[in-house]
Amino acid sequence: MKFKVFAAFAGPSLLLMLIFIAVPLVNVFLQSFQNTQSIFETVEIETCTPGFGTQTCITESETRPVLGEDGRVLEKTIFVGWESYRNILRPDQAWEAVKQLNWSALMAIDFWKALRFTLTFTLISLPLVIGLGLVIAVAVNNLAKSIRGQVIFVSLLPFIITPVIGALSIRWLFIGDGILTVLLEWWLQMDIAMFAQAWTIELMMLFYRVWHVAPFAFVVFYAGLQTVNNDTLESAIIDGASRFERLRYVVIPHLMPLIIFVSLIHLMDSYRVFEEIVGFSSQAHVISLQWLTYDFLVPDESGNRSISRASASSMLTMIGIVIILIPLLRKTWNDHRARVL
Amino acid sequence: MSVPKALRMPIGLKAITLGFVAFWCVIAAFPIFWIAVMSFKEPLDSFASNPLSVIFGPSTRESGKGLSVFDILIGLSAIYFIYRFTIYHLPKWVSKCSPFNLIVVGWLLAALLVALVVVVVFGVLFPPILAFVNGLTGFLGTPIIGFTTEHYLAVWAENEFYRNFINSIIVTLGVVTISLSIGTLAGYGLARSGFDIAFWILIGALIFRALPHSVLVSGYLPVFVNSAEYLRPILGEHAPTFYGQPLAVIMVLVAINQPFTIWMLRSFFQNIPKELDESARVDGCTHFQAFRWVIMPIMWPGVITTGLFSFLLAYNDFLVTSLLLDAQNQTMVPAIAGYFNRETTTTDQVEAVAAAVSITAPLFLLVMVFQRQIVSGLTAGAVKG
Repeated sequence: MKFKVFAAFAGPSLLLMLIFIAVPLVNVFLQSFQNTQSIFETVEIETCTPGFGTQTCITESETRPVLGEDGRVLEKTIFVGWESYRNILRPDQAWEAVKQLNWSALMAIDFWKALRFTLTFTLISLPLVIGLGLVIAVAVNNLAKSIRGQVIFVSLLPFIITPVIGALSIRWLFIGDGILTVLLEWWLQMDIAMFAQAWTIELMMLFYRVWHVAPFAFVVFYAGLQTVNNDTLESAIIDGASRFERLRYVVIPHLMPLIIFVSLIHLMDSYRVFEEIVGFSSQAHVISLQWLTYDFLVPDESGNRSISRASASSMLTMIGIVIILIPLLRKTWNDHRARVL
Repeated sequence: MSVPKALRMPIGLKAITLGFVAFWCVIAAFPIFWIAVMSFKEPLDSFASNPLSVIFGPSTRESGKGLSVFDILIGLSAIYFIYRFTIYHLPKWVSKCSPFNLIVVGWLLAALLVALVVVVVFGVLFPPILAFVNGLTGFLGTPIIGFTTEHYLAVWAENEFYRNFINSIIVTLGVVTISLSIGTLAGYGLARSGFDIAFWILIGALIFRALPHSVLVSGYLPVFVNSAEYLRPILGEHAPTFYGQPLAVIMVLVAINQPFTIWMLRSFFQNIPKELDESARVDGCTHFQAFRWVIMPIMWPGVITTGLFSFLLAYNDFLVTSLLLDAQNQTMVPAIAGYFNRETTTTDQVEAVAAAVSITAPLFLLVMVFQRQIVSGLTAGAVKG
C-alpha cells in the first residue's frame, strides 16, 4: 500500500482525533496558565437629593463591568502563571499538613482528597475485578454447555447498563431504610446509615464498580479459556497435577496476556471514576479527580465557569494517567524494537 | 467428544460451582430486577423496608391497581414467546430477508420491531382484554400483586421525557454512523499498511483512550461557548455557537470513541487474509474498490460489534452531554440526574426510578439481540489487541 493511499484511508479519523483530542489538549495546557476575567472599572457617581436650600450630594465609587459596543461585558485574558495550580494544590497548606503529619488537614484540600480516593479506589478494585472475573470464568467454563448462554446473558447486564443508572440502582437498595440496609442492620444488630459517612459510601462504590466491570473480565477470560491447549492439560494430569495445580501452572499462565489487558483497561477506566460520584450524590463526602474538573466546569450561581482551574486540574489528572501508562508504553516500545531489529 | 475421566469433576465441586454461578447471577441481575419492580409500585411500597411489601405492593393493591394470577400467567408466557423468538428465529429471519450488504439496517429494523411488538402487546393489546377477562374469572381475576404504570405515564407524558429520548436517539445514531464510517476506513488502512507510522498512530490512540473525558471537555468548553465570535470573521453573521448543538456533541463523542474503534476494527481486519484484497487488486480494483466490494461484505460481524460499543459509549455518556448540551437538547442520562437532584417527594423518587428503568430497557433488548456479537467483540478486542 502506498503512503498516499494509507493517508487517504486513515486521514479522516486522524484529522478528527487531531482536532477533537490533540488540539483541545494544547488548549487545556495554555488555559491552565491563563485566566479570563470580566474587566471592571471603578466610577465615581454623585447622587444628589434636594434638601433645604442646598442639595445634599453623596459621591460613591462603584465597581461595574465594562460593556463593549454590543452591550456585552468585556473580558480580558491575562497570564497568571502557576496561580491556578497553586489554587488547586495549595502547596503551603499541604506541606504544613505533611510536616505535622496531620492527615485530616491534608484531606481538607479538595485535590488531595480526590487524589487519595481515586488512587485507593483504582488499586483496591483492580484485584477484586480480576479475581472475581477469573473465578466466574472458570466456574462457567465447568458448566454444562446448555446453560452457559443464559448465564452469559445475565452476566452481561451489569456491564452494559448506563453507569449512572447502575450506581443509582445500588443506591436505591441502600438509601434510607432500603431493603439491604435493613438486612445489614438485622444481621449486625446495629443502626446503620449508609450515606452518612465516607467509608460506607466508598464501600458501596467499590461494590458497584466490581459489579459493573467483573462481567467484562469474565467474558474476556472465558474466551481465553476456550483456547487452552488440551494436550498440555492432559500431560499435566499424567504428571499428577491436581485440579488447583493445573489452574495455577497451566491455565493462569495461558491467560496472563489477557489478565494484563484487562488490568490495563481497568486502570484507565477506574482512574477516571466519576459516574459513581454522581449516582451516589457523594460530593459532600467523597470526590474523585475527574469529578473535581467537572465541578469547576459546571457554572456556579452567577453563571461563571472556572475554566482556568479546570484546566489546571485536568493537567494534573493527565500527569497521573501518564505515570500509570509509562510501564506499558515502555514494554510496547521494547516489543516494537525487538520486532524491527 | 466425551470428557476424559480425569477431567470430570467430583460431585462436591460441581455443586459448589453451580451454587457459585447461581449466586453470581442473582447478584448480577438483582439491582436491575429490583428497580424494575420498584418502578411499578406506589411510593409507599417502592421504598418499603420489607422486601415482600415491595414485591407484592399491599398499598398499591389497596388503591385498586394490581395484577391477577391470570394477568401474570398471560404476561409471562408472552415474555417467554418474545424471548424465544428473538433468540432463535430472529437472527435467521434477518439474514434471510435483508439484502447482503444492508444487513446492519436489517438488524436495526429487527430490533425496532421487537421493541414495537413489546410496546403494542403490553401497552395497547393486553390492558383492555385482561380487564375484560379478569371481570369474568372471579378468584383468578382478583389482583394479588400491586402494579401500576402511572409513574411511567408521568415521566413520559407529563415530564416530556420523550424529548430527551429523541435527543438520545439523534446523538447515538449520529455517533454510531460517523464513527463506523471513518473508523472502518482507518482500521483497514492501519491493518494493511506496514508503515512505522501506523504503529505510532496506534500507540497515540492508546494514550488518547486513557485520557479522562473531563480533560477534553475543559478544552472544548470555552471554545464552544465563544465559537460564534471566533468564526464571525470567516463565516459572517451566521456563525454558529457550538455549545448546545447536538452535532458538536456528536463530533466530540466520535473523536473520543475513535481510538477504541480503530483498535478494534484493525484487529478484525487483520483476521481477513491479505490474499483476498491482493487478488481483487490483480483483477483491476483500486484500493478503495477492493475495500468496498471485497472486504466490507465479510466485515459485517466486526462492524456490528464495534457499532455496539460505539452505541454504548454514546448512549451511556453523562459527562460530555451534561456539560456541552443545554437544557432543551438534553439526552436521557443527564436528564435523569436532574430528577434525583430535585427530588422532594417520594413520588418524584419513584418517577426517577421509572425513568431509570426506561433508559435501561433499550439496553436490555440490545443484549438480548446482540449477545453473541458483544462476546465475540470483547474477545476479538482482547485476544488480538
